[in-house]
Amino acid sequence: MAKTLAEKVWDAHVVRKGDGDGANAQPDLLFIDLHLVHEVTSPQAFEGLRLAGRKLRRPDLTIATEDHNTPTLDIDKPIADLTSRTQIQTLRNNCAEFGVRLHSLGDAEQGIVHVVGPQLGLTQPGMTVVCGDSHTSTHGAFGALAMGIGTSEVEHVMATQTLSLKPFKTMAINVEGTLRPGVTAKDIILAVIAKIGTGGGQGYVLEYRGSAIRSLSMDARMTICNMSIEAGARAGMVAPDETTYAYMEGRPHAPQGADWDAAVEYWNTLRTDEDAVFDAQVDLDADTLEPFVTWGTNPGQGVSLSESVPSPEDFGDENAKAAAERALQYMGLEAGTPMKEIRVDTVFLGSCTNSRMEDLRAAADIIRGRQKDPNVRMLVVPGSARVRLEAEAEGLDRVFKDFGAEWRFAGCSMCLGMNPDQLEVGERCASTSNRNFEGRQGKGGRTHLVSPVVAAATAIRGTLSSPSDLDPAPESAAIRTDAA
Amino acid sequence: MEKFTTHTGIGVPLRQSNVDTDQIIPAVYLKRITRTGFEDALFSAWRKDPSFILNKEPFTAGSVLVAGPDFGTGSSREHAVWALKDYGFKAVLSSRFADIFRGNSGKQGLLAAELSQDDIELIWKELENAPGTEVTVDLVSKTVACGNIVAPFEIDDYTRWRLLEGLDDIGLTLQHEADITAYEATRPSFKPKTLPARLSSAG
Repeated sequence: MAKTLAEKVWDAHVVRKGDGDGANAQPDLLFIDLHLVHEVTSPQAFEGLRLAGRKLRRPDLTIATEDHNTPTLDIDKPIADLTSRTQIQTLRNNCAEFGVRLHSLGDAEQGIVHVVGPQLGLTQPGMTVVCGDSHTSTHGAFGALAMGIGTSEVEHVMATQTLSLKPFKTMAINVEGTLRPGVTAKDIILAVIAKIGTGGGQGYVLEYRGSAIRSLSMDARMTICNMSIEAGARAGMVAPDETTYAYMEGRPHAPQGADWDAAVEYWNTLRTDEDAVFDAQVDLDADTLEPFVTWGTNPGQGVSLSESVPSPEDFGDENAKAAAERALQYMGLEAGTPMKEIRVDTVFLGSCTNSRMEDLRAAADIIRGRQKDPNVRMLVVPGSARVRLEAEAEGLDRVFKDFGAEWRFAGCSMCLGMNPDQLEVGERCASTSNRNFEGRQGKGGRTHLVSPVVAAATAIRGTLSSPSDLDPAPESAAIRTDAA
Repeated sequence: MEKFTTHTGIGVPLRQSNVDTDQIIPAVYLKRITRTGFEDALFSAWRKDPSFILNKEPFTAGSVLVAGPDFGTGSSREHAVWALKDYGFKAVLSSRFADIFRGNSGKQGLLAAELSQDDIELIWKELENAPGTEVTVDLVSKTVACGNIVAPFEIDDYTRWRLLEGLDDIGLTLQHEADITAYEATRPSFKPKTLPARLSSAG
């Protein structure tokens, strides 16, 4: 029978077929190839194992890092916040006790868990990947079935290396055409979410397809899959291809020698069959796409940057209307205001959505030789210590610092307002992260989700801007000066 | 896990869609390493507003939350379920739940019951017209009763069975340990292992 990519990966991991229908019918039990662990959603799971006297079944398929709750300044000093320090120390103790490999603060492989897995080559096509974090969908960019889980499921995976999963439906997101300059993967996914809504993907695994997706780099594909959860889908996938293999080859944990050949042969089968049928289809035209930005308090409340803040009256559905009213009030916005007239206080470049080399390079290319708006504070937080090192080797840190941005150590940082990097009440931020929820980046903070190049252009002009709004950069500075 | 068969308690109408888990419990409370003690964290930003529903009597004693569509979206934090339970909620009713939230609820014995939006609207009206009205959530018959309203709800059969029996998920899976071991023996050698650690040579 013809299968989609997601169905192929699912079928290859069935440990025990479900019992079918019936009151107590257990669903399919799936094997998990890789379990990523971090400090926030694991302590209660480790404690559960300990209380039940259970072992962690496969330490060799488990890896941990510190990211959500770590500071991005003064990382060589003890963590100032005592509760945070305790949580980090708890992870260290648990990893030592259960034999889990851990990349701690200060280690070259420490960083956001969804940046670390791929960069080590641990994320590979056709795998099942889970983590107690909803943005695990990121790893789907490699053609893996990757999903976020709660702490009870974290404990379940630790104890059994499996998960019982309800069957899902499949949705094809077809993106055809060529992106215009200044339009990026982030704009694709924000437009998809605006189109299908925050619940549109609920119960589905999304597969991103089409010429626009095929032409994207791995970093860009990760940006798209990362935000699948923002459309309600637990997972999003892109079929592996030469771009995937080129990214994988030579990474520390990529297969080598004969294993590489065997792997590629298998990976080449991981494509949706020609005659496979998706349960739903969504089409998006890449040719006409513009830079996208959110105006509200959920990721589905977005418009093209050239448009204006919508009016609650624009929404037919009563719940959507009420949500829009509430969002405008929280965001301090008037309906009808052109998005480009909205002034921001802070620009955040980072998060598991947009903190990889390509993101940093794209932003640096915009700001090089230009001046930051003096009223704007800009925070640049690389996704991992490795990304930070690579960026420094290319001299990107100098570009950001010369511009007046803060160059920080790796972590989740201002994406979720857990460490000290937070917005003040009423502060407005153009953020390359994934969630514009009320208070997400700090109590009372106001978030507009944007791409890295829009973030950079906004830091220059002080108002939400696309690169095409900028005056040409001075001639001499437009040439990249690699300081290394 | 405690068995869940039926529960009756004061219904709390939360007329809002897209209640994400950052609203249910903000990230600052996630620094704790315990599984309990999150009652103060529930809706902590919204509870600063005196007009918020949980600041009004008799809703402070509510145990059945009746929410708008797309409840529990966003972060996978199970702390959202712990906070609802610690506050005293036994069930949440909505016309659409985020997948991960629904899964977390099922593991923790918080009933996430999916009703039609029309029925949610009827229950909202009833609870607003007669504050303090009790809602009965019956998992055996898969129905919700509130005033004169009786409405069916959806929940997947397996979660329902586990809740009714109060069964531990891990224990159930470990009954199939032989299947897991057999599967492990078939995994191809090219699949990566985290141990022994291999590190980048560069940088």
